[in-house]
Amino acid sequence: MSCPIPIRSSSRSTPATAPLVAIEGLTIRFRADGPHRPAVQDMDLVIHPGECVALVGESGSGKSVTARSLLNLVGPGAAVTARRFEIDGADARNFGPADWQRLRGTFAGLVMQDALVSLDPLRTIGREVGEVVRHHRLLRTPAEIRDRVIRTLDRVGMPDPDVRASQYAHQLSGGLRQRALIAAAIAGGPRLIIADEPTTALDASVQKQVLEVLRQRVGEGAGLLLISHDLAVVADLADRVLVMRDGRVLDAGPTGGVLARPRHAYTRQLIAAVPSADSRGSRLSSSRLETAGGPTGNSVIVRDPLPPRPPIGIDTVLEARGLTKVYRYPGRAGDAGRLAALADVSFSIRSGEVLGLVGESGSGKSTCAKILLGLVEPDAGWVTLLGQPWSGISEKTRRPLRRSLQYIPQDPLSSFDPRYRVADIIGENLLSLPRSRRQDRIVALLDRVGLDAGYLKRPPLSLSGGQRQRVAVARALAARPALIVCDEPVSALDISIQAQVIDLIAELQSELETALLFISHDIGLVHHLADRVLVLNGGRVVEQGPVEKVFLTPTQDYTRTLLAARPGPLTDRLGPPSPARRE
Amino acid sequence: MSEATPSEAATLLSDPSGRTGPAAPGAAIRRVIAVLWQWKGFLAAGAFLLLLAMVLATPHLLTAYDPLEGDALAGLRAPNATHPFGTDRLGRDVLARTLYGARYSLSIGFGATAISVGFGVLLGIAGGQKSRLLDETICRLFDVISSFPGVLMALLVVTFLGQGMLNVAIAVGVAGIPKFGRVVRAQTQLARNADYVTQAYIYGRSRAAVFFHHLLPNVLLAIPVIATVYVGTTILAVSSLSFLGLGPQPPTPEWGVMLAESRDVLRIAWWPGVFPGAALTLTVIAFTVIGNALQRRFERRG
Repeated sequence: MSCPIPIRSSSRSTPATAPLVAIEGLTIRFRADGPHRPAVQDMDLVIHPGECVALVGESGSGKSVTARSLLNLVGPGAAVTARRFEIDGADARNFGPADWQRLRGTFAGLVMQDALVSLDPLRTIGREVGEVVRHHRLLRTPAEIRDRVIRTLDRVGMPDPDVRASQYAHQLSGGLRQRALIAAAIAGGPRLIIADEPTTALDASVQKQVLEVLRQRVGEGAGLLLISHDLAVVADLADRVLVMRDGRVLDAGPTGGVLARPRHAYTRQLIAAVPSADSRGSRLSSSRLETAGGPTGNSVIVRDPLPPRPPIGIDTVLEARGLTKVYRYPGRAGDAGRLAALADVSFSIRSGEVLGLVGESGSGKSTCAKILLGLVEPDAGWVTLLGQPWSGISEKTRRPLRRSLQYIPQDPLSSFDPRYRVADIIGENLLSLPRSRRQDRIVALLDRVGLDAGYLKRPPLSLSGGQRQRVAVARALAARPALIVCDEPVSALDISIQAQVIDLIAELQSELETALLFISHDIGLVHHLADRVLVLNGGRVVEQGPVEKVFLTPTQDYTRTLLAARPGPLTDRLGPPSPARRE
Repeated sequence: MSEATPSEAATLLSDPSGRTGPAAPGAAIRRVIAVLWQWKGFLAAGAFLLLLAMVLATPHLLTAYDPLEGDALAGLRAPNATHPFGTDRLGRDVLARTLYGARYSLSIGFGATAISVGFGVLLGIAGGQKSRLLDETICRLFDVISSFPGVLMALLVVTFLGQGMLNVAIAVGVAGIPKFGRVVRAQTQLARNADYVTQAYIYGRSRAAVFFHHLLPNVLLAIPVIATVYVGTTILAVSSLSFLGLGPQPPTPEWGVMLAESRDVLRIAWWPGVFPGAALTLTVIAFTVIGNALQRRFERRG
């Protein structure tokens, strides 16, 4: 049962263009899942030239599998069936391996999510980008190929393309790697680009550049199938959107229309669960989008308030002054061998306060967290915890204080001993308790984070991402800490799960009056949760202060760039869809 | 549910939840057989090792003959009712010698593996620590040991220490140290930098507690599996050295020694060589099959 896809009524396409992809009734089954649980069920998908179609949905919704089926890359053990499966006007159901091979790279280019593993570590960027041209013999002479490679790299905004072409993937930053991957996908001049979460691993400013490259290609007439779980990105780029869950299309239509008046409850929840300045002090997971009557009525997000927070205490939990950390690279002399990860960073956290720490990758966020956690000693500066020295002391003196400072990591799974079960994981932070009382306390903690006693014996591998993060929260709470360092605790979770975990953290924080240092690259999320915010760039504090002040009236250029780079708030686009949106 | 009509049985089998309901007993038996058939190699190897364990513990219950005492007048008798495996040149019962021989071959093999594992784990953990100097030293030591061909190494050890069971075990054991040491070193380095180890420090646990509760158990996780496969290899290596006369000396009923003794009479009597040879082969195969099965299971778990 899929929603009908409205015929494209845009004025931008020329009337004569045939669709690049026209699929009806697509069903994909994996043998391992059995016949009753198709990965994709009865899906319709049409992509025209010069159009961006977005697939939105949580992990496991079938969006990546759908995209891969367009290139016959679903893999062995999968059965792909469709009533209609036309690619570039030809019925692809009868395609042989050679037909598919011809399509890949020349007709359709695939941009994958993880640029580090998608690029061959033994080949230069130039070779990688030129691969498709060489393989399909689009150009013959090495000079022509090189010229095409350099021009393509230039197109995707790669600085010094002739230098970069001779470098290897590991010599490039994440953003440059992702751009190289896009270059490799478009080098053959494909008319269809399939981008699977192309910006998920990137900082806001790099994300903006990458999206700009894709937008430009669409402007030149290529079709783009964009897969993303980030509604803001989708709203920015897509003409039409398909919302998927459990292999079914729940909502489909022009982006503005779907976001403004989603038909399905899941889409409404998805839109309402995005954290932002407007969602401060309210629950994300129970937010819902309600549409005022009439076909032109605007939508409003209705939110339930969180329980009121007690006022922030006056005593300082943690104070950091002049933190400096310089990493040295052996073999390089002078300043070339020195990287100042942190330079003169000072801040303090009061009891019950939530301090947001934002910055791009390489800004020193992680180094800062490691120093605060007592895992790395600063080169200069000092830290006090609850009024006692915390840096520059021996591990032995630090140990008794450690319980006051706990940690919620980005990837909870790797922070669990692989041999441990849930009860062991939480129990390890309760060793001071006699054995007889430990079990009751573990059950109470699990209850606190919304898990029941049935989870005690579960190995962490069998838990979902959200459940793992709940266990990590319970483990941190077990020590009754005064401060918890949260390092991107929800960045790996789907929006709906992220909303639940953030609600849980916010609720427990106000109830237990625990101070939080909340590290995130998601400015909307920090705006939702934090009292004060600290903006880091290149190891220095750019700006710090109350979150409203820093984010609404930034005084520094860097903060403004950071704020401008994120796609605008979704609610701005919740008005009725208007043709004027597509200038 | 044996009285279920065929149509009922069909509905049960096509239960959309995917769970198979109680079906006819014939189907259950067939399913058990299918599972057993799938594990046939593992089961056969396991059965053989059980038998071997019995032989090791109580060889005297399985044969009435003494492995060393022979009736010189009854030499080289072909297998018959009184001597199921026949007799050798000195009239000793080949069955008794093969059964008692398991003790020698296996204990030397296990001893050698124990030496490899013990020193490998110690050196590997030391090499996995922070000290670059220690790591380099230990890695080069592993390189030196593994650069010697096995037999040359054994000759070297035997030259210094003399012949004998213990020395053969040492020779083979030392040659196997790098195999375990390298795995343990890599695992230690991985575990030392793992997030769960950092997390344990954040709990406020001491270095010793982190070492014994997190590092060591995770580092040693793979060792039993590798050791099981390796025991088979070791038993073979030990028997080869014995065959060359570097290990236990005649009349010890060690399988390698028995093979060496049978060489002279092989043209006229096959039984003094074939039975210990078969015992040796089956033992090596059984350990390898079990080890590989464990390894597959272990790797799928990750």
